[in-house]
Amino acid sequence: MSEQPNRRDFLKTVGTVGASGIAAAVGADAAEAQTRPAAAGPSSPVAVSHAYTFLTAPEAAFIEAAVDRLIPADDLTPGGTDCGVAIFIDRQLAGAWGSGDRTYMQGPWQKGVPTQGYQSPLTPAEFFRAGIAAANAYCRQTLQKEFDRLTADQQIKVLQDMEQGRITFEGVSAQEFFNLLLATTMQGFFADPVYGGNRDKVAWKMIGFPGVVAIYSEHIKTYRNKKYDVEPKSILDLS
Amino acid sequence: MPTRLREVDLVIVGLGWTGGILAKELSEAGMRVVALERGGMRSTNPDFAIPLIRDELKYAVRNALMQNPARDTLTFRHSPTEPSLPMRQLGSFLPGEGLGGAGVHWNGVTWRWTGIDHAARSYYEERNGKSFIPADMPIQDWPMTYAELEPYYDKFERTAGVSGKAGNIRGAKQPGGNFFEQARDRDYPLPPLEPSYSQTLFNDATAQMGYHPFPRPCANASRAYTNPDGSRLGACVYCGHCERFGCEANAKGSPHITVIPKAMAQPTFELRTHSWVTKVMLDSTKKKAIGVAYTDVSTGQEYEQPAAIVALCAYAINNVHLMLLSGIGTPYDATTQKGIVGKNYCYQPGGGGVTLFFEDKIFNPFMATGAFGIAIDDFHANDQFDRAAMGALGGATITVGQSNGRPIGYRPVPAGTPRWGAEWKKATAKWYLRAMNIGVTASNMPNRYNAYDLDPTYKNVFGQPLLRLTYNFLENDKKVIAYVGQKAAEIARGLKPTSMTGPGALGEYNIVPYQSTHNTGGAIMGTSPGNSALNKYLQSWDVPNVFVVGASAFPHNSAYNPTGPVGALAYWTADAIKKRYRQRPGLMT
Repeated sequence: MSEQPNRRDFLKTVGTVGASGIAAAVGADAAEAQTRPAAAGPSSPVAVSHAYTFLTAPEAAFIEAAVDRLIPADDLTPGGTDCGVAIFIDRQLAGAWGSGDRTYMQGPWQKGVPTQGYQSPLTPAEFFRAGIAAANAYCRQTLQKEFDRLTADQQIKVLQDMEQGRITFEGVSAQEFFNLLLATTMQGFFADPVYGGNRDKVAWKMIGFPGVVAIYSEHIKTYRNKKYDVEPKSILDLS
Repeated sequence: MPTRLREVDLVIVGLGWTGGILAKELSEAGMRVVALERGGMRSTNPDFAIPLIRDELKYAVRNALMQNPARDTLTFRHSPTEPSLPMRQLGSFLPGEGLGGAGVHWNGVTWRWTGIDHAARSYYEERNGKSFIPADMPIQDWPMTYAELEPYYDKFERTAGVSGKAGNIRGAKQPGGNFFEQARDRDYPLPPLEPSYSQTLFNDATAQMGYHPFPRPCANASRAYTNPDGSRLGACVYCGHCERFGCEANAKGSPHITVIPKAMAQPTFELRTHSWVTKVMLDSTKKKAIGVAYTDVSTGQEYEQPAAIVALCAYAINNVHLMLLSGIGTPYDATTQKGIVGKNYCYQPGGGGVTLFFEDKIFNPFMATGAFGIAIDDFHANDQFDRAAMGALGGATITVGQSNGRPIGYRPVPAGTPRWGAEWKKATAKWYLRAMNIGVTASNMPNRYNAYDLDPTYKNVFGQPLLRLTYNFLENDKKVIAYVGQKAAEIARGLKPTSMTGPGALGEYNIVPYQSTHNTGGAIMGTSPGNSALNKYLQSWDVPNVFVVGASAFPHNSAYNPTGPVGALAYWTADAIKKRYRQRPGLMT
């Protein structure tokens, strides 16, 4: 399999200005669409910004590549990036959760056992940043390229190795970073589209989740063993 | 310098279910009552209005209605030899914060506890012999019988609008109710909710096997209801956004729509939100509380609120923390087994459940309520259930609920499916609608090492020591889960699913994944200062003008959810203060 065409390649062709500025200015969607494998796109184009506010260009390239492997494009949905998951992650890292507003941040710090939970001195956003850097350093060292430049098969292998704890990174637990990356990716894919992911409610349509109206007083009985087929409604739709 | 305020008759710390019940009952009795709630004000409209309340990320994942661990948390270790580390993010359990507390974001399961629970030690000694109780398992009877508490259970069920079906009215068994329940004076105020498809399957299968299925009692109103205080509840719409959310339909029995507004209508009641109590102030004898110290966390201003009576009505964990921070009672030391405050912390083991996948069935898991379910109690409340065969005390309920089909949190796939990638996606798309769960929820017996004390290292936002929790699942818990998990698996196999996963074995306690907010013990009630921190009226033996109300008083944990007896005990305590303590302050006997 050839290298994945991605944001990094796109950036190369237009210069070294920040990803956000370029994406906003020239429309990253259109440019990228030409270099991506065909995927089942949303039924209607959704005007959601592709501009990042937290992730740097190389970090965004990593996240886009990773979410496209975790949620690959197929006949069910577009890939993670096209579903808005990378934008979702960027917004979460830039926001209150990323900066650790619900995380006890006082020291001293010890590693502990996994069943004692998160023990990093980093905020979730800093942890993500450190994880991306460490993963790229690992890829450079072992595969001579950064993660987003690897083939899809190589990327899958690296992610599996992180998940299974078969590889170690400098300074950050590869497995812990993978678990946080996966959890945040799934949040982006399945959360209300108001947060930037789950564009056009693709994930809800995929599984048959009808969304937020949710008045089932009669249906609980009439839809026993019967599919409830409706166009899902999101907070965005009702606001 | 703290501002010293005018003395009141009663200061209540925390305004959820227990604080709300005391506030209403005692302000209506003419007492001057101040309630201090460390979170903010809340009301159904606008705080729980559609569409914003249907935000799974905000409420169910980021825990918008919960205590913020950045400001106050606890530290955790599995045993005294392990380093204790802070719970830096919420996970295993979710204490609430803000008006109504956990009574706003609970699911609504409302049990009356079993006769065995009320007389734990006596029951096992009589039925299985003294040697059946391990030496390091300090179980003890409740200081009041089920019969004594019955009218208070009834009162709470009527306040909260509980839907259910009686199984035993004054000794007469009632078809369709819980065959094993203790006698009740009358039926639930509301009929059961309409069962889900999965629940009908479970009901029929377990009945055929000779078990005794019944609708689990729940504070999700099956129809519009006006409670005896005149508070109006709406009918549940099966929206599937219950636990961790507030109810936009006012269909979940919650203090912010029942007891709290009634208290607030009294001229003798005052609520102060953003008021964080840091300490109960004692006089020089340490036998009498003179009030509480608190900080308005919206201004930083410190206050002292003198009061004739102090009622700790915070979350169970925080009640124990405040006792230890204030020097009320003797702290428990697991090494010497001396002292009492912090002893008998219990939780609730799960993990014996089974997920069933059917090619040919559709369950619509998003059509859900917090608490409706069909349960069997044959391996728990059943006093004829032979625990010797299980080799353990306690038991477990087996239940099919259907409470949380929201897509971030609920995405069942058959065992062996990867967690991501193409195969995961296909499986998720296929099975989301086609899976159901049979849950196993076990009791938890105390152990000498499962306990709280103050952490020597870590501090909260006020610089006070965090509470330290030492806890693990033990042999007794593993046996219960293994035994009852197999029973659940038999039921599951009888339903002939395409495939099934589980039951799993109970491993080490993990504080990361959500399990339940059923943290009990630490300030336990009993018959003497030697075996308890509180007497039968939840009054501190050591400082008799302090009452500590909540699941912190339970000497062990049932396989049942705690809120039923928590509500009942709050009414019981309010009654004792109103009818006896007020006339004659001092230790009640």
